[in-house]
Parts: sequence; structure tokens; C-alpha cells
Amino acid sequence: MPDCHESYIVNSQSCRPDLLTILNSAAGLNHSLLLSLTANLCRFTAINSAMRVALQTDPTATVFGEDVAFGGVFRCSVGLKEEFGASRVFNTPLSEQGIAGFAIGYAAMGGTAIAEMQFADYIFPAMDQLVNEAAKYRYRSGNEFNCGGLTIRAPCGAVGHGGHYHSQSPEAYFAHTPGLKVVMPRDAREAKGLLLASIRDPDPVIFLEPKALYRTSVEDVPDGDYEVPLGVAQVLRAGADVTVVGWGAQLRVLAEGCDMARARDGISCELIDLRTVLPWDAATVAASVRKTGRLVVSHEAPRTCGFAAEVAADLQERCFLHLQAPVARVCGYDTPFPLVFERHYAPDALKVYEAIKKAVNY
Amino acid sequence: MRRRCLFLASRAAKERLLLARTSPAAKALSSAAVSTEHQTYDTLPPPAPSESTSSQAPSSATFAGGVELPLTSSLHIVKAESQPRWPVYRVIDTDGALVPGAMEPELSTELAMHMVTCMVRLRVMDHIFYNAQRQGRISFYMTSTGEEATQICSAAALSGGDTVFGQYREPGVLMWRGFSLQNFADQLFSNTDDLGRGRQMPVHYGSSKLNFQTISSPLATQIPQAVGAAYALKQQKLAQVVACYFGDGAASEGDFHAAMNFAATLECPVLFICRNNGYAISTPVEDQYRGDGIVSRAPGYGMAAIRVDGNDALAVFAATQEARRLALAENRPVLLELMTYRVGHHSTSDDWSRYRMTEEVKDWQSHNDPLRRLLAYLHAKGLCDADMEQAMRDTERLAVMAALEAAEKKGPPPLQSMFEDVYRDMPQHLLEQRAEMLAHVAKYPDKYPQGRGH
Ligand SMILES: Cc1ncc(C[n+]2csc(CCOP(=O)(O)OP(=O)(O)O)c2C)c(N)n1
Ligand SMILES: [Mg+2]
Repeated sequence: MPDCHESYIVNSQSCRPDLLTILNSAAGLNHSLLLSLTANLCRFTAINSAMRVALQTDPTATVFGEDVAFGGVFRCSVGLKEEFGASRVFNTPLSEQGIAGFAIGYAAMGGTAIAEMQFADYIFPAMDQLVNEAAKYRYRSGNEFNCGGLTIRAPCGAVGHGGHYHSQSPEAYFAHTPGLKVVMPRDAREAKGLLLASIRDPDPVIFLEPKALYRTSVEDVPDGDYEVPLGVAQVLRAGADVTVVGWGAQLRVLAEGCDMARARDGISCELIDLRTVLPWDAATVAASVRKTGRLVVSHEAPRTCGFAAEVAADLQERCFLHLQAPVARVCGYDTPFPLVFERHYAPDALKVYEAIKKAVNY
Repeated sequence: MRRRCLFLASRAAKERLLLARTSPAAKALSSAAVSTEHQTYDTLPPPAPSESTSSQAPSSATFAGGVELPLTSSLHIVKAESQPRWPVYRVIDTDGALVPGAMEPELSTELAMHMVTCMVRLRVMDHIFYNAQRQGRISFYMTSTGEEATQICSAAALSGGDTVFGQYREPGVLMWRGFSLQNFADQLFSNTDDLGRGRQMPVHYGSSKLNFQTISSPLATQIPQAVGAAYALKQQKLAQVVACYFGDGAASEGDFHAAMNFAATLECPVLFICRNNGYAISTPVEDQYRGDGIVSRAPGYGMAAIRVDGNDALAVFAATQEARRLALAENRPVLLELMTYRVGHHSTSDDWSRYRMTEEVKDWQSHNDPLRRLLAYLHAKGLCDADMEQAMRDTERLAVMAALEAAEKKGPPPLQSMFEDVYRDMPQHLLEQRAEMLAHVAKYPDKYPQGRGH
């Protein structure tokens, strides 16, 4: 990269303030260090790249939401208004209910609506539009109508200091809603392919973007147009002793937990990324559990009625006689997401490691 | 009486129904007649003349709900932009001079000086805490710079017993009520003395002692809550109002509209205080609404309202005082739109240079600063001079620094408090989860330092 230094400076400038808070973690990093850390990741985020492809390949595609026109608070829509015009990339008034309803209507007329909720924590005012409208649009009309062109993007998950309202992972609320698809990518490369697949999917999709993902490097995100199929899990590591399942940014935590188990106890973990929370790929997980006989499921969201509960219940039905230990869940606790004790609250690698060890030694 | 009205109304409705069910031919005819007349007008149409011309045509009719409405025979669509703009109530101009014809509010020297002190304190506090965030000492901060009068001077017109529901950019209201610099600093550092027990992000203050409900990040949720609270005050026959603050952006949420309608129909003594600062993060008001600001919505809900120069300390004070009097006297909501400007970034996660020109910000700072305006007014009265102001700044700077340093030294709340207050009494599953968490942390104490989480 001959012009690396130059673009480095430009990019560190252009993404500085928004990412500051995200990156301003417990490490007490100072300002200039933060600047250099953010240098690489905002050139064009994976999300930005996927939306650009969608806008290029689909003349009906629109991108909108709160503060989207200037690039979005996470810089995901940077440059899109300039490239595709203000009629296709625009600000909406501040109303999630309005954004969702508007997006449904646009999609019901055959358009492709890519709507941003500024934070997944603020998706709840749109709950009625999403759960009662988007999810049932096709079914209730006997397929006379549908709003399949709808994709709702929302940044989710913990970032170190988000507290109650900048940390939540609401996937389970939507997975409880027949008619919606729910996707959460684990890294930038996956994010682009899954987002393009979601945008082009014939059904409405809630696309949850772990904010931790915005910090990952985009160097390995391919240019151009590619999709990662929905509803298909991926075995990231083959293993013999225990199956470890998650989705989204939790995969990084799970990989770390698996590493610990191997290094300290010689345990061989099979690591699976669900990628799509609904409809989820139970067959891939069941095939793995039949082999390993043990299952650990993990997510950041609270334990009770989290999607891990569904995976656990389903897998014991499918694989009861193969199980050698109870299915273990490593989740957030059943409290609102706490600010000051985020580190204690998080289902971190150590907790995952403990659960793996316990399952194997059961 | 009421029943009779309803009956009348339904009879009127029936008559209209009959009229509508005329033959298709008649309908076609009448629509043709209408289309030749097709035109729009810029102002409200005059009602049909009653006595002069046609003696048979009634000038008004009763419609559903028993309402008597004027009739007109001219087809006339009213464009919003043709309506006159709401004027802005102002007492002192941008140089601090009394506007000709304006009535000076009754404001004691003591109260005026307290306002100034508070405004200086808030500005100094913002400056220091903003920099503390930049240094990585706190994780997040939001400044009120340029909007001090909207907060402090409205708070000054309330009584301490009035309940406040805020958005997040109203620390001046809490400050006026006696929230100490130490209270602010403790919340920002999420330490053991934070009243919110370290659970929420910085600037989410609250105090039951000061009747200031704890801030919540989701926008506009406090607005309908404020109405319910006001209804409770009314039921208890307390001579108190609820003051509810929100921004021009939050006013686009569904909750805002529900709240207005509830307050009007349920006749609640609540003051809706909108800080219209021109932006919601990067979104300018042109993208937020196309009406005449927020105030113009009030008549649609049947609500009293006033638009105020939010950078005019005296106007904010006088308007809030009068609105409060009206709300209490007549058990009715009042909407105040305070026109102001957000001089700083939306928050420390934001950079305004991406979406507005430096000149715009500089212009507000140099020509329409609420503190400067109030100081100039008081200076002309011989109540305050530059030396006094400087002395105030110095005092406040020392006080803020002391609070910050003390807050930084305090430890976090106890770890087990994480599971408290989810419910009043801790249920079994939380007791179990807490035990599990404490056991895990005890096993790996060095991995879970008990310092602040940011
Ligand atoms: C329901 C909800 N949606 C989005 C957000 C993110 N957000 C926080 S502040 C803000 C802008 C609010 O603007 P305004 O109401 O004008 O208040 P100001 O910041 O100007 O004081 C937005 C979009 C939120 N906190 N809650
Ligand atoms: Mg605003």
C-alpha cells in the first residue's frame, strides 16, 4: 500500500469522534492512541460496502434512518448520499415507529428498504410495526401482499461502557416472532455477505450488527458483490469433545474460551457460528452434538428466554440419547445491562471455558 | 344535557348520510360543479355569509361529537406555510437591553444573581467534565453550552416541589434545585456515591429528594410519563405541576404526540418545555418537521402554548412562571417552545464539524449567548461587572476540580449491588445467579479488577 500513510491520516480524521466512545475502553487508552486504532476500520466499513452494492445493483434500494444522510453515527452510510443522491439515502424524522412503518410501506410497493435503527436498544418503539405488521404482512393477506424487501439494521451488543441503553442484544424478542428473520454476523467479511443476502431475501430481516464488529479490520472484506446464505450455520473449528455454539461478536469470545480449553486441558471443541438466529440451522448443530455428546450455547443477552434456551431445548429433543452432559448456557445475567460491572456481567471467555470444562468433566 | 347533545349530533349525522346517498347522477353533477371551482387558497376561507345573501343556507351545522362548525361553499385547501408564524416572546435583546414595550419580570437581585451564578457554574462544569472525557477519565459527557438559560431560568420559575421529567440536556435544572457538583461528579464516575449506583452512562442523573426523575436514554419516553405524574398530582389536589423537558428531535417520536393528546384530554397540570436547539445530533430541523416548530402543534391538541427566546433568561423565566400559573389555575397543560442553539457537540461521541459550518456556531456564540445577554442586562443595572464574573468563574473552577478529584478517588459500588433493584426483593433465580457470579469472580480475582468499568 504505497499511499497507506496518507489514507491513514484521512481516515483517522474522518472516523475519529464517533468511534471514540466505543474504543475508549477500560484500558484507559489516550486520545491519540485511539485515533491510530480507528485508522483502518472506517475507510469503508463492510456494512457501507454492502449497502453500496445494494444501491448499485437495485434501482429501488433506499437507505434511511436517523442521521443517515451525514453518514450515520457509526459512519455506516458515509458517502452514500453523495454517490446515490438524497432521494435514495436520507434522514428521517426521529421516530423508530415511523421508520419501520415507512419501510414496510415502501417494501409493500415492491421496493427495497434498508432502514437503520440508530441502536438496537431503540428498536422497541418500532416493535408493533415489526412484530404485528412486518412479520404478518404476507401471512395475513394470504400472500396477496408482502414486505419482503424490508431490512432493518441495528447496532447491538456491548462495547465496554454502554450501560442499559447502548449494549442490549434483542435477538430473542424477534426470534419469538414468526415471519421475521434474524441475522447477526460475527465479523466484517461475514457482515457484508449476510447483509447483502438479507437485503435480497424475500422476507423481512432484522439485521443486528454487533458494535464490536465495527472495530474489526476490514482488510479481508472482499470488494464487489457476494452473499453469505441465510439459515446456514458454519462450523468454524472441527472438534471431538464438546460443541460450542454462538452468533455475532460472541464468536470471538467463544473462540478464546475454546483456546483456553485446548491449552489448559487438552479439550477439543467444535465451534459453530449460527449466523442466522431465525430460521436457525438445527441440523448442523445436531450433527455436531451427535458426534461430541456435549453442547455449550452462549450469548450476551440475558439468560432467561434467551435464544440459547431454544437451542438447548431443541437439541435435547433431537439428540437426547447422545448427550453425555446437560446442555450448558453461558449468558448475560437476568439484570438490565449494568454500566459499571459490564466486565462481571459479560459471558466472557473464562466463563465459557469453565462451562466447557464442566460439560466435559460431567 | 350531554345525552341530548349526543342525540342531536347523531341526528345531524343521519341527515348528512341521507344527503350523501343521493343518486349517482346527482353525485356526478355536484362533483362537476366542484371541479369548475377547483382552486386553493392561502388563508382560511371565510365562513359562508349568514344573513346577507342566501337566507336559507345555514352558516353552521352540528357535526359528530356535538360540535358546531362553520360552513363554507368555497372549495379551499389550506396550506400550512400560509399560516402566520408564531412570534417569539422576548424581554431583553441580544445585547441585554430591555425590548421596547416589554414588561420586566419581577426578579429580585438575589434571584437574578443566583441565575448568573448557576449559569457560570454549569458552563465551567461542562468545560471541565468535557475535557475530563477527552482525557479518558470519564467515558462520556454531554454539554449544555448555549442552552443554560432554557434550563436554569425555567427551573427558577418552578417550585421545588414540582416534579421534573428531563431528557438529558437539563443538568441546569438539577443544579438549580441543589444537586451538588459532587453529586454530578459521582454520577459521572459511577462511584459508590452515585445515586444511580453506577448503573447508567454518565449524565443520567436523578434525585428523588429533588423531585427530578432519573434520566433514561430512550427519547421521549418521559413525556407521556410526565402526563401521568401530573394527573397524580391533580388527583391528590396538590398545588404542583410537572415540568417535562425534551428536544426538537424527541418531539418527532410517537410518545410526544400521545402525551400531548393525553395531557389535553385529561386536563393535566403539566408544562411541556421543548428546547428547540436546531439539531438532533446531525439532523437539522428542516429534516425533522415542516410545521412552524413545535409550538404550532399545540392548538391541534387544544393546548395553550407560547414560543420563547430560549437564550433570553428573563423571557424564559417570565414565560415559565406564567405558564405554571395557568397550568395550576386551570388544570391544563401548557407547551413552551424555547428557541435556542446547541453550541457544542451533541455528545463526546459526536463531531459537529461534519454537519454544520464553523461560522454558524461562532455566530451564535458571539452574538446570542444567554449568559452574555443576562450579564449585560445586569451590568446595565449595576448589579454585575467583569471582575465579579471572573471571580465567579474562578470559584466555580476550583469547586468543580475539587469535586472531580474527590469523585475519581472513590471506588465503585459493591459488586453484589449489580443484582439489586431489578425487583424490590431479589427473586430466587437472581439469588442463584449472583452466587454463581461471585463464586466465579472469587476463583479468578485478578481477572475481574474491582475498579471502574471504563
Ligand atoms: C428512542 C431513541 N432513538 C434514538 C436515540 C439516539 N439519540 C440520542 S439523542 C438523539 C437526538 C435527540 O435530539 P433532540 O431531541 O433535539 O435533543 P438535543 O440532543 O438536541 O438536546 C438521538 C437520535 C435515543 N436515545 N432514543
Ligand atoms: Mg435538538
